[in-house]
Amino acid sequence: MLKSLFAAALLVTTILPANGHEEKSENFTISHPWSRATAPSQKVGAVFMEIKNITGKEDRLIGASSPDAESTEIHGHIREGDIMRMRRVDGGIAVPANGSVKLVPGGFHIMLIGLNAPLLEETTIPLTLTFEHAGSVEIEAVVESAGASRSGGATKMEKMDHSKGHQMPGKSK
Amino acid sequence: MNRKLHISVVALVVVIFAFGAWLNLRHGKPPENGAVGGMVVNASIGGPFELTDHTGARFTDEDLAGDYALIYFGYTFCPDVCPTELGEIAVALDQLDKDADRVRPVMITIDPDRDTAEVLSEYVPLFHERLVGLTGTAEEVREVATSYRVFYRRFEDPNYTYYLMDHTSFVYLLAPSGEIAAMFRYGTPPEDMVTTIRQHMRGNARG
Repeated sequence: MLKSLFAAALLVTTILPANGHEEKSENFTISHPWSRATAPSQKVGAVFMEIKNITGKEDRLIGASSPDAESTEIHGHIREGDIMRMRRVDGGIAVPANGSVKLVPGGFHIMLIGLNAPLLEETTIPLTLTFEHAGSVEIEAVVESAGASRSGGATKMEKMDHSKGHQMPGKSK
Repeated sequence: MNRKLHISVVALVVVIFAFGAWLNLRHGKPPENGAVGGMVVNASIGGPFELTDHTGARFTDEDLAGDYALIYFGYTFCPDVCPTELGEIAVALDQLDKDADRVRPVMITIDPDRDTAEVLSEYVPLFHERLVGLTGTAEEVREVATSYRVFYRRFEDPNYTYYLMDHTSFVYLLAPSGEIAAMFRYGTPPEDMVTTIRQHMRGNARG
């Protein structure tokens, strides 16, 4: 029990810096955009985030680009029984008025294709999101561990390095 | 006489059940009894294989004998589902603590054209230091995927500059005997994998 509490505390201190960051624009609040570390041989990456539309007008995420990748596409999954089929989402993703859309593992993501260099943990990826009405929004995604998932951040206890002096951001959002 | 009839009926039921399970799997719909507690599906799932590991050495099912194994079929040009599952396996191993020594994590590629031993050698250590990456010829991969009832198919489209792989996303728990002890669906929390693995470990300890 104590051990798991301790583990949970460790997890929280390690994850907060990545998950706590938020990007604001005139029309959107984009919560903790993140990606996963990749191997040099891996030419693709995925970026996840939650996009909140703070206006009264529906918009659509219709594209993205990054200097770190040759091309960038919006992808989703079609799940048929237990078969996963990842496909490009050509029409974009609706972001409802005063609502939000989540890009999470197993659902939507922004796919980075033809990475110029491997994505390294604890670095950031500049990304320009393109919305049908609001136009361009610049954000930065934080690179987490290769196996990070929706359950949040670091996957391996031994990878949690406290010597790097993560600050608690105080989650003031 | 009665005993013979009894055996025949039992055998018939087993065959029908096995066929049903096989049909379900063939259509990507394994039995709906969830993963926890061991979704023991069909004794004919799994079996011998011959592949190449991420160091370039030959690797067969015999190399896993005597240990539990968590086997995942995926590919490296898969930025979402595969890293998620491999990450969950790594979390399960962390949660197993000392018992993790008895469990071998294994990823078998269903995309051998891209995933050579060299490609896998850079990929697998990102997830776990003991994760074994396995590849092979198209025929070797087809054989192991078929015996595990893994569906995979290359998706190619002129509108795409690359190909994707459609695939079933299960994690298989292999017992030390080499038999499949359980299958975990995509999205099974690592805690549930740990519960099932511990149940099997305790069961074996008693036996």
